[in-house]
Amino acid sequence: MKSRRDVFQAIADPTRRAILTLLAIQALTPGAVADNFNSSRQTISKHIQILTECELVSQEQNGREIYYHLNAKKMKEIADFIEPFRKMWDDRFNKLETIMKKYRPKK
Amino acid sequence: MERKTIVDAEEGKQDLVIIREFDLPLELLFKAYEEPEIIEQWMGTKVQKLENKKHGSYQFVTTDPQGNKHGFNGVIHEFSSNQKITRTFEMENTPFSVQLEFLEFEKLTDDTSRLRMQIVYRSVAHRDQMLKMPFRQGINMAHNRLQEIVSKLK
Repeated sequence: MKSRRDVFQAIADPTRRAILTLLAIQALTPGAVADNFNSSRQTISKHIQILTECELVSQEQNGREIYYHLNAKKMKEIADFIEPFRKMWDDRFNKLETIMKKYRPKK
Repeated sequence: MERKTIVDAEEGKQDLVIIREFDLPLELLFKAYEEPEIIEQWMGTKVQKLENKKHGSYQFVTTDPQGNKHGFNGVIHEFSSNQKITRTFEMENTPFSVQLEFLEFEKLTDDTSRLRMQIVYRSVAHRDQMLKMPFRQGINMAHNRLQEIVSKLK
């Protein structure tokens, strides 16, 4: 059974993050991506495959070439990972504010 | 609703900073951290012990919707009214390690104030683990770098 890739593990890898950074600037062919690294094309291809499986990267046929694109929507989802933590504090502080606005000293 | 709470968690660091501005005079903001009955209201917890002084300590117990009790405790290192609280914070019976908290209270105007809370964790991994707490799935990644990438896309 093939398990679903963990998107967060995918971006924990520095090479894969570098690939995402490259693709953020422009769509690239597999060869053009690999040219930026010292690793073998197979290694880079494997990284791209993982990113594709996580839907962070999509591919498009353009004539004879395949171009890889960054999936901006998916990236935005991940970039917002801190949001629930922020929201938790925001809710707490909103409550504090509401309570203290009603606060009247006892004496 | 305006977003007033900012969380700054830089990649690869073992601390984070939470900043919030309040439509409250400084004295009222500080009181919310000082008076047990008020803490109970906004934190949704029971205050079993709270000694607001150097070498003092505190103990809170929170009951979750399933009825399980969760204990929190810490030691107070510094307590200056309307200025500063330095304390430790520990969740009992969890794998989370104790953390160090620096709370700074600041007057902005007569009716507004700001709280800056720096939390220092045992390691980068401990911090990231704590950040993930409100999530179902874990992550271990570069928030700021991704933000950069995303902002380039706009």
